Amino acid sequence: MFQAIDQIFVNLLRGFLGHLPEPIRPWAGLVISLGAILGTFGLLFGLTTVCERKAIARMQNRLGPNRVGPYGFLQFIADGIKSLTKEDIVPRSADKVVHFIAPLALLVPVVLTYLVLPFGRNMVVLDLDAGLLFYFAAGASTELAVFMAGWSSRNKYSLLGAMRAIAQMLSYELPFILSTIGVVMVTGSLSTVRIVEAQGPGDGWLAHWNVFTPWGFAAFFLFLIAAFAEANRSPFDLPEGESEIVAGYFLEYSGFKFALFFMAEYLGMFSSSALAVTLFLGGWTAPVSFLGFVPSWLWFFLKLGVLMALFIWVRGTTPRLRMDQLMDFAWKFMLPLALFLIPVVVLWDRVGRGWVGWVLCGPIVAAAYVWLGRALVGRRRIQLRTYRYASG
Amino acid sequence: MSPMIYFLSGVTLASAVAAMTLRNPVHCALALVVTFTGLAGIYLGLGAQFLGLAQVVVYVGAVAILLLFVLLVTRSGEAGDGDRERDRVAERSWWGWLIALLVGAVLAVGAWSAGQLPQRAAPPELPGVRDIGEALMTDFAMPLQVVGLLLTAAMIGGAIIALREDRMRVAAEREGRR
Amino acid sequence: MLGSGIIKGLAETGRNFVGSYFDPERMTTVEYPEQRLAPKENTRQFPFLVFDGEAALAGLRCVACQICEKECPPQCIYIEKSREKKPDHLGKPQFHPAIFDIDISVCMSCQICVEVCPFDAIKMDTEFELSTSDRFGGLLMHKDLLARPNSHFLKVHPTDAGVIDARRAEERARLEAKARLDSEAKAKEAPPAA
Ligand code: SF4
Ligand code: SF4
Repeated sequence: MFQAIDQIFVNLLRGFLGHLPEPIRPWAGLVISLGAILGTFGLLFGLTTVCERKAIARMQNRLGPNRVGPYGFLQFIADGIKSLTKEDIVPRSADKVVHFIAPLALLVPVVLTYLVLPFGRNMVVLDLDAGLLFYFAAGASTELAVFMAGWSSRNKYSLLGAMRAIAQMLSYELPFILSTIGVVMVTGSLSTVRIVEAQGPGDGWLAHWNVFTPWGFAAFFLFLIAAFAEANRSPFDLPEGESEIVAGYFLEYSGFKFALFFMAEYLGMFSSSALAVTLFLGGWTAPVSFLGFVPSWLWFFLKLGVLMALFIWVRGTTPRLRMDQLMDFAWKFMLPLALFLIPVVVLWDRVGRGWVGWVLCGPIVAAAYVWLGRALVGRRRIQLRTYRYASG
Repeated sequence: MSPMIYFLSGVTLASAVAAMTLRNPVHCALALVVTFTGLAGIYLGLGAQFLGLAQVVVYVGAVAILLLFVLLVTRSGEAGDGDRERDRVAERSWWGWLIALLVGAVLAVGAWSAGQLPQRAAPPELPGVRDIGEALMTDFAMPLQVVGLLLTAAMIGGAIIALREDRMRVAAEREGRR
Repeated sequence: MLGSGIIKGLAETGRNFVGSYFDPERMTTVEYPEQRLAPKENTRQFPFLVFDGEAALAGLRCVACQICEKECPPQCIYIEKSREKKPDHLGKPQFHPAIFDIDISVCMSCQICVEVCPFDAIKMDTEFELSTSDRFGGLLMHKDLLARPNSHFLKVHPTDAGVIDARRAEERARLEAKARLDSEAKAKEAPPAA
């Protein structure tokens, strides 16, 4: 019974594919899975925008959208219709072709990243040997799309936004990838499915989620922070800082293309949260074995929801960083900490993963955190700023 | 699989030609990205997962961006006053032909001699990511370290050069102001 | 230590979030079309013309002196004087506006017209739902649309209107007293002359 619910989507797909002729089965499976993923996450995108607006409003003691549908939850449909029916304006001096391709070039890699994410037991589109690498490869191509959008608009603000976005994404990609290395080392595989399976409860009753290890805890937060930056979310939303550069790289986009950018941003956020769930929060596994009857995909989306709530909460809290703070944080804090975690993982693996590991590794990670944090913010004195051009 | 390979090869070649002939340097760089991606697609089609994905990460994710940055920082990005420059480049184009010829010759020799080698039995399974990793960490650990050292040195060197220029300019401006 | 600030911040927004569901004091939003704030006496939106008595156009206090037309900074008032005069509330013959238009899309609610009017004929209304579906004709208010009875003025700005009414009553009383005195004086003077 529980198993049937758990595998319901898998069996549905398999049953449907059984009716199709043999040669087109893999392609049909791919198309159907992609459609399902787009549908699910498209809906999630809409709901998240509403929830986000409502939650942030509550954090500021406002009401938020509450008019369309019950409690305003259909607001996203109204917004969608609005942006679909709006006029699509292409600036006269824009590079038409590149301007047109850019939103697609952003959306396609983002959608591709979903192919290797396991949403539940047996629910992964491509179980690649190098799944994690596939994810990072697809994610790396989004920078190019951002550049295309910013450059082709022929607008200073767009170009500045694109430059900021690329500088930020390149800087944060390093900790983003490095923080996952520990997981790969412990699991001994780059396959996302293997990684999830390794975190399951196994024979015991408690799951071995990577976040419940000293290095995993630190790496999880490093990964999340880097994911914030990759998604251009506050406090790392410099690329679209309204007060300085209007809207950043998608400034010259309107109507449907703007909606595509917006959607790609949210889908990117979902996929990096989903990867965080996969790598550190045990993917679709239950935290304790007696909760195993809850369908695996439900666990996955629950965890995803928790992370989304965190994203929204942080957005409602933090102000925007300055460019030098952004770079300092990536290069002077996150990168060294991520590098430092790699030997810690080795130590953890050698001394056995029990309480000895905790006693040994815990203080090391904490000390590294405190020390790097001190180095970053501790000795800051207020100095007279020297300007190269403005003074004198 | 083979129609896919032909398609990808076509795209790769076409975009490579575009990268050489388009007038706008940014368009050339973008066409080059398509070339890189097509190449990665071919690798993937041949079953070399790691190589294909690494190609995307390194070339599309990093090299292409670097290229575009350099283009934007060093010139206006328009192909406006390029005619004279174009002539100047055309004068020296024989260098390019020479290099292309040499590279082509090396490749041809390589391809020819590959056919001459005694045929080994194909491995039962293509080496996966795991095998590549193990090879890199055992047999090829030393070369890997050397390459890493080289790249690090290059990076530090680049940073130092940039730093010195910056310092010198600031110092010169201070002098000039006095 | 690094990170303590963000935790403090998260706690603050978290408190706001939870509090907003339990503490009605926090939520200051008034959901406008259904709920409304009680009108404030000193609100000003758009001018109206005060009239006395029952008939709107006949009772306008405006004497078409055109001071407001000259003073209005964005020049959104247009007045045309009538040809004939008719008596005002003190019985003095005065002109009245044949045309009195205000362009609502240009008016900036500065209240200068009210300040300069010597006849208390133009006042600011508190009505703010002035949107119209016709952006050409609908935005130009003619005098029939601008006219409001004095009772309306009393309702929206009771203090002001009270003072003005008292003054006007006093003026009229003084005039009547003077007229009485005059007629009495005339009556006194009359017998000897007769
Ligand atoms: S409203 Fe007042 S100022 Fe304006 S024309 Fe009439 S009497 Fe004169
Ligand atoms: S309120 Fe100001 S702008 Fe409006 S009609 Fe009166 S003087 Fe003109």
